[in-house]
Amino acid sequence: MSIAIVMVLVVAGSILFHVLSPWRMTPIASNWGFIDDTMGLTFLVTGAGFVAVILFMAYCLYRFRHEPGRRAAYEPENQKLEAWLGIVTTIAVVVLLAPGLLVWGQFITVPKDAIEIEAVGVQWSWSFRLAGLDHQLGSSDVRYIDTTNSLGLSPADPKGQDDLLVTSGELHVPLGKPIKMLLRSVDVLHDFYVPEIRAKMDLVPGIVTYFWFTPTKIGEYEILCAAYCGTGHPQMRGKLIIESEADFEAWQTAQQTFEQSRKSAASQDKRASAQ
Amino acid sequence: MTDASVPQNLAPPPAEVEDVELYHAHSWITKYVFCQDAKVIAIQYAGTAITVGILALVLSWVIRLQLAFPGAIPFIDANVYYQSVTMHGMIMVVYMLTAIFLGGFGNYLIPLMVGARDMVFPYVNMLSYWVYLIATLVLVSSYFVPGGPTGAGWTLYPPQSILTGTPGYDYGIILMLVSLILFIVGFTMGGLNYVVTVLQARTRGMTLMRLPLTVWGIFAAAVMALLAFPGLFVACVMLLLDRILGTSFFMPSLVELGERKDYVGGSPILFQHLFWFFGHPEVYIVALPAFGIVSDLISVHARKNIFGYRMMVWAIIAIGVLSMVVWGHHMYVSGMDPWFGFFFAVTTLAIAVPTALKVYNWVLTLWHADIHFTTPMLFALGFLVTFVNGGITGLYLGNVIVDVPLSATLFVVAHFHMVMGIAPVLVIFGAIYHWYPKITGRMMDERLGKIHFWITFLGAYAIFFPMHYLGVLGMPRRFYEMGDTAFVPASAATLNIVITIIALAVGFAQSIFFYNLFRSLKYGAPAGGNPWRAASLEWQTPETPPGHGNWGKHLPVVYRWPYAYSVPGAPEDFLPQDAPPLRGEHSP
Repeated sequence: MSIAIVMVLVVAGSILFHVLSPWRMTPIASNWGFIDDTMGLTFLVTGAGFVAVILFMAYCLYRFRHEPGRRAAYEPENQKLEAWLGIVTTIAVVVLLAPGLLVWGQFITVPKDAIEIEAVGVQWSWSFRLAGLDHQLGSSDVRYIDTTNSLGLSPADPKGQDDLLVTSGELHVPLGKPIKMLLRSVDVLHDFYVPEIRAKMDLVPGIVTYFWFTPTKIGEYEILCAAYCGTGHPQMRGKLIIESEADFEAWQTAQQTFEQSRKSAASQDKRASAQ
Repeated sequence: MTDASVPQNLAPPPAEVEDVELYHAHSWITKYVFCQDAKVIAIQYAGTAITVGILALVLSWVIRLQLAFPGAIPFIDANVYYQSVTMHGMIMVVYMLTAIFLGGFGNYLIPLMVGARDMVFPYVNMLSYWVYLIATLVLVSSYFVPGGPTGAGWTLYPPQSILTGTPGYDYGIILMLVSLILFIVGFTMGGLNYVVTVLQARTRGMTLMRLPLTVWGIFAAAVMALLAFPGLFVACVMLLLDRILGTSFFMPSLVELGERKDYVGGSPILFQHLFWFFGHPEVYIVALPAFGIVSDLISVHARKNIFGYRMMVWAIIAIGVLSMVVWGHHMYVSGMDPWFGFFFAVTTLAIAVPTALKVYNWVLTLWHADIHFTTPMLFALGFLVTFVNGGITGLYLGNVIVDVPLSATLFVVAHFHMVMGIAPVLVIFGAIYHWYPKITGRMMDERLGKIHFWITFLGAYAIFFPMHYLGVLGMPRRFYEMGDTAFVPASAATLNIVITIIALAVGFAQSIFFYNLFRSLKYGAPAGGNPWRAASLEWQTPETPPGHGNWGKHLPVVYRWPYAYSVPGAPEDFLPQDAPPLRGEHSP
């Protein structure tokens, strides 16, 4: 008996918690509002199901609790009812799935004009690479990694010489331009995760993975790692700065190219050996 | 009862062997230690699983203390935190839940419920337990080696799991992999037993469609486990070779902390496929026995046949089959080909249909029932709430695009704890309260049982329901400290403290259960053979607790399904499966 009341309270408490909870999705800063919409739809459909099932159960518990003289009905099955319930559930699942798959279709279709930016994960920091004047990223491989080439760019690839290297962990992107993030790890699994962008993807050593998004809100956002990568995992942070195209251009010109970084590293080496 | 009044289809089939050759124990050692009686093996399995489960419970306190009070607890650092997370997860999923449902309840209930004298291979059954025990000891021994247990996370994803940046690199990871390999060897011996016993050792009249749903759930889970565990087995062997011999199954060329490793050409994602090919069926390996048991608890204590029995059986089979082709939903953002997302989202959401039908049928069983609010019933009802709650959040994570923002956040942690942590554990408690009288001959204390239920059910809900919202906010899992993070408000830390306090309280409250469990052995009210007035076969044994061989001289003969409750015209509100048929009875 008391359990029937508690079931109703559990439902009421859950709804109340949902309404009053201060812990909500971060304000979105990318084009992936559709993801939020699909999640909202999922909440409505599943929430209605949860409330209906538990309240029906609570009613049964109250109405059909044991009392002296009560005897249960005998009804092994009711195929009509079972078929109807199956159909209704299938429709609900299709309602959830169809928009989800449509949005997923967009998610995996990268716009042709997207700017390619590479994020490189290493225990436990982020580096980035942007295409230089030739708008192409050079090839890379972990075997090229040494003290003067921390991202492992192919030294012989002419396309890579003008690539811009960002090792400060701070990535700037222009507002309103689709961006294809190419993801590469030199050691273990990482995951490029900015809650406000919604999209995320693992970095897998040995292959290059990707996802795309269009920044829609100027601001400074935190980059976290969302794939456990060892004891320093929570400290693997970076910054994503969404800014106007002019600011982005200015930032870009201030970055060092691969060629420049090799030269300055080489001269530092010489100075060190001269001393 | 072979007179002409018995309808043809209810007449007993011709008598078969009355006894089978069993190895009857001659000494204390063969009766209680190296025992071949499935009922003793069941207690051994359950005892070991619960013991190691208590270790996992304590580890969860370490996790919760660190999350609530980061840096304030002197003995918890990053290493200890990640080791605790790893061991808690692996113990609970494999060594506790899988072992107690299949090794524990499977061993005790299958022979009794199908009317067999024992498992078909008693000696192999005994070996199964001892190999499981060794596997468990190997796992726990990693606390006593230099470097301690592995802190790779329970998923053991390479390259991280076998590199030096992970705690337990020296020995912990090796012991973990060896232990899993042993566990699978042990499980395979038990699993073959469960499957063959259900198929071959049913008593006369016990057709497949007269099996209690408990047996159906355990049977389907055992079949799935026999198909899924080999995936984990080969993954463990290959990872072990990568770690010890330097092969490169899962290891690409990489530079770790400035040092170039010798690995070349392996695929980390291959490991994830193998792991989740096991890992997702594993969820249902735990869930299906729970589904079966909860069906029986609800039916017995609501004095009503389970609604839609045939649908329930087909739903179990459909879930079992579908669950073998949904593993990729754990890998939507793993970097696998994104086109797989379409396939796995469709299969994953398709599973929701048979699962929802099961939920409807449980609830519809309560319609026009005669509900007794016993402790087992309360736990079954608690399961329904937590399972429905955890099941619907699965629709978020299965729907590929919705998973993208939520994956790797606390939403996932809350979801799987609700659906495959709390829900099955509530069933385990309910099942223990329910079958304890058969196992010991005494009742557990109802008042203590109800106190235990209320604290556990409401406490667990209060722990995991709010946790979803931290995930919606975007808080990642596997962070041993959040640090300063712009999007996380101070209130999130407050919520973490509240959750931790409730978790500690719920954890300690389990002592009420253990007090009840042990006290009732001696002081519990005598139960008699069938205290719940249940219809299924295990309650009809000539002795309680049942002796070796279960049935005395004659095997029972089954005339009907196990859900003959409140049958019109029957003298009582239940008809045991082996009671002679009533005149004009049309039970399934």
